[in-house]
Amino acid sequence: MEAKAQMIQEQPKRPMSVDPRKFNLWLFMATVVMLFGAYLSAILVAKAEAGWAEYQLPDSLWFTSGIIVLSSIFLQLAYRSAKKDNLSTLKIYMSITMGLGLLFLAGQYYAWTELVAMKVYFSGDNLAGSFFYVISGLHGVHLIGGIVYLIIVFVNTFQAKVHSKNLNRMEMCATYWHFLGGLWLILFIFLFVNI
Amino acid sequence: MATADIHIGEDASHHDEHDHAHDDNFFSKYLFSTDHKMIAKQFLVTGIFWALIGGSLSVIFRLQLGFPDMDLSFLKPILGSWIDTQGKIDPEFYLALVTMHGTIMVFFVLTAGLSGTFSNFLIPLQIGARDMASGFMNMLSYWFFFLSSVIMFVSLFIETGPASGGWVIYPPLSALPKAMSGSGLGMTLWLVAMVFFIVSTLLGGVNYVSTIINMRTKGMSFTRLPLTIWAFFLTAIIGLLSFPVLFAAALLLVFDRSFGTSFYLSDIYIAGEALPNQGGSPILFQHLFWFLGHPEVYIVLLPALGLTSEIISTNSRKPIFGYKAMIGSMLGIAFLSFIVWAHHMFVTGMNPFLGSIFMLLTLIIAVPSAVKVFNYLTTLWRGNLVFTPAMLFSIGLVSFFISGGLTGLHLGNAAVDIQLHDTYFVVAHFHLVMGSAAFFGMLAGVYHWFPKMYGRMMDAKLGYVHFWLTFIGVYMVFFPMHYIGIAGFPRRYYSFTNFDTFNSFTDLNTFVSIAAIVTFSAQFVFLFNFFYSIWRGRKAPQNPWNSNTLEWTAPVDAGHGNWPGEIPTVYRWPYDYGKPGAEDDFIPQHIPYSATPESNLPIENEMAKEENLTETGQEGAIQVDETK
Repeated sequence: MEAKAQMIQEQPKRPMSVDPRKFNLWLFMATVVMLFGAYLSAILVAKAEAGWAEYQLPDSLWFTSGIIVLSSIFLQLAYRSAKKDNLSTLKIYMSITMGLGLLFLAGQYYAWTELVAMKVYFSGDNLAGSFFYVISGLHGVHLIGGIVYLIIVFVNTFQAKVHSKNLNRMEMCATYWHFLGGLWLILFIFLFVNI
Repeated sequence: MATADIHIGEDASHHDEHDHAHDDNFFSKYLFSTDHKMIAKQFLVTGIFWALIGGSLSVIFRLQLGFPDMDLSFLKPILGSWIDTQGKIDPEFYLALVTMHGTIMVFFVLTAGLSGTFSNFLIPLQIGARDMASGFMNMLSYWFFFLSSVIMFVSLFIETGPASGGWVIYPPLSALPKAMSGSGLGMTLWLVAMVFFIVSTLLGGVNYVSTIINMRTKGMSFTRLPLTIWAFFLTAIIGLLSFPVLFAAALLLVFDRSFGTSFYLSDIYIAGEALPNQGGSPILFQHLFWFLGHPEVYIVLLPALGLTSEIISTNSRKPIFGYKAMIGSMLGIAFLSFIVWAHHMFVTGMNPFLGSIFMLLTLIIAVPSAVKVFNYLTTLWRGNLVFTPAMLFSIGLVSFFISGGLTGLHLGNAAVDIQLHDTYFVVAHFHLVMGSAAFFGMLAGVYHWFPKMYGRMMDAKLGYVHFWLTFIGVYMVFFPMHYIGIAGFPRRYYSFTNFDTFNSFTDLNTFVSIAAIVTFSAQFVFLFNFFYSIWRGRKAPQNPWNSNTLEWTAPVDAGHGNWPGEIPTVYRWPYDYGKPGAEDDFIPQHIPYSATPESNLPIENEMAKEENLTETGQEGAIQVDETK
């Protein structure tokens, strides 16, 4: 055991505290914030221009916003189950989260069809309309990434790679999903106020 | 001890990495390498390739400007029908040349070639890490850059020509394929290439930041980081925050070009016909573009300044003057770079009050910049200067930074800028302060770290020839441009002689063109020196410049993992040069204070006692090489 004692070293000045992969995820989220920040500030600039025609955002967006909040709650429940090694409820909650994620995307798409029915198009002259499609679309693309991430972690639960001793993936996945949910709420409020 | 963490089996796991290094075949060693040193070399060689292309484009348009009546038929084999039957460059292709010169130099050479090379190479070596946080992402970063390079390169040769709307690709020119031939396929390829470029930069940037924060060796606190690392760190953060905005801008441009939106388009008539697009604003693009574009200037410049700090301190045999002031000024520059973008837009009809705010913020950047210049000069002051080629190029950088920075003060003034905007004065300004300065920083870095990269020395005499030709050449090229600019000549114009007003500048332009050709030719001295020395250079000692930083403690021929044994521990800052009482005129970072009682300051003696305590307390847990 002498060798082992040597290998376990106390390193007081070693500054590393965060898992590099987690840290990378946070940096990635910062770039996503900048991407959407660019569009939000672009809206503020474009609003001052002549071609800004306001319209009523479809009500279905309230439902989709509720869905995304609900999905975050279920993912948090899934995370708790993983923490308690309760794998069967973990799988159930994970499936619900994924289902709600897909439902959210479907709802967003439905909101687009409603907009088209209101003659608010992606192309054409109304920047207020075009910006909504761009922002919700880009958010959707990121959310698809989030769902893929959920699926990967979901598959991992069947391989017994997610449990109380191995929460890294689950934590990162949850961080990203909550981030996307929060991001949508901010985007929604901003668009609601400015369109 | 509160932050103590347990590290298990470090030595055991690193043994594997070494065995790997020997099994490498050609592909995993040179092409799909995850070793940061090899990736850095890949970036460097690709960057040199692009610098040659970008440089030759500038020579071609300088021929047009300096010798407007010259018969350029000899370029037909390369440029084909872009040279007309009289041997003249097609005016639209002239715009393409200027555009591609700017794009290539700013993004492919001075962003990817500079940051990509030196961040990759120096970060793990100088902070004492085996490799980047994610070697795979690092490899992806290079290959996205390569893909982007291929697309941009292909766009040079398509029939309608590459993008021609200027490197800033302002709409509506860039948004309407009908506007000019370069706004067709060439612009599309430009946008696609830039998307991949942004992905590459973000992958690299995430890695750099994560590595610097998480993977420093024992004792390497932020206040012991070499200034190079500080510079790379801030550069990466600026990149992470600004490149997504360029992505946002480019995406809207793609929608305007191909999907019928009107984000940037309004009230446009082509050949008397009104376009359907209404309601957008080209100014919006400028806001988004310059929100990247201005930080981009510092993405280009900061790494060069970081490399220079290190080289000047090493070769002055003196500690860097004002280490913390250097960090503070870099932080200041990084912060300010985000809130000055509208000084590129003074003539867009912005509110004069807003203009004066941006003017004030812009001029504040002069303060941290002046602090840096002051610190360089005071580091040089009464130092035991060693004029290696790297040192000369670093001093050259300081010179350009001063002479180009002073004209920045003029341009930053909204009132003066209205006269000088988009003239050759601007061209002269940014080519000196950003272009040449960053380029000199890059060359200095290559000369200085070549022994570390390839285990051989570059020839110093050829380096001196290269330096003097380039240094004098750069001033010969860009100094006269100030006069042309003050006289009011706008940049990106095809011909001087068509306007009587500017006839008198024809001979000055001829002079500039000759100087440009000489300067460009001088780079072949470097190229020869570089490639010759890779294979035939004198074998390099482990620490050829008697430098303090950690990379020189790694073996000359370091494999993947950098240090064969344990990573050295850091006990001091990296600038203990010429310390009074010390045996040598340098004390590397891994030498503990307890090993240098003769030169320690009183406070350092206290720290030496703590070192001893921790070491005896752990019974040889930290095995330092103080015996050496």
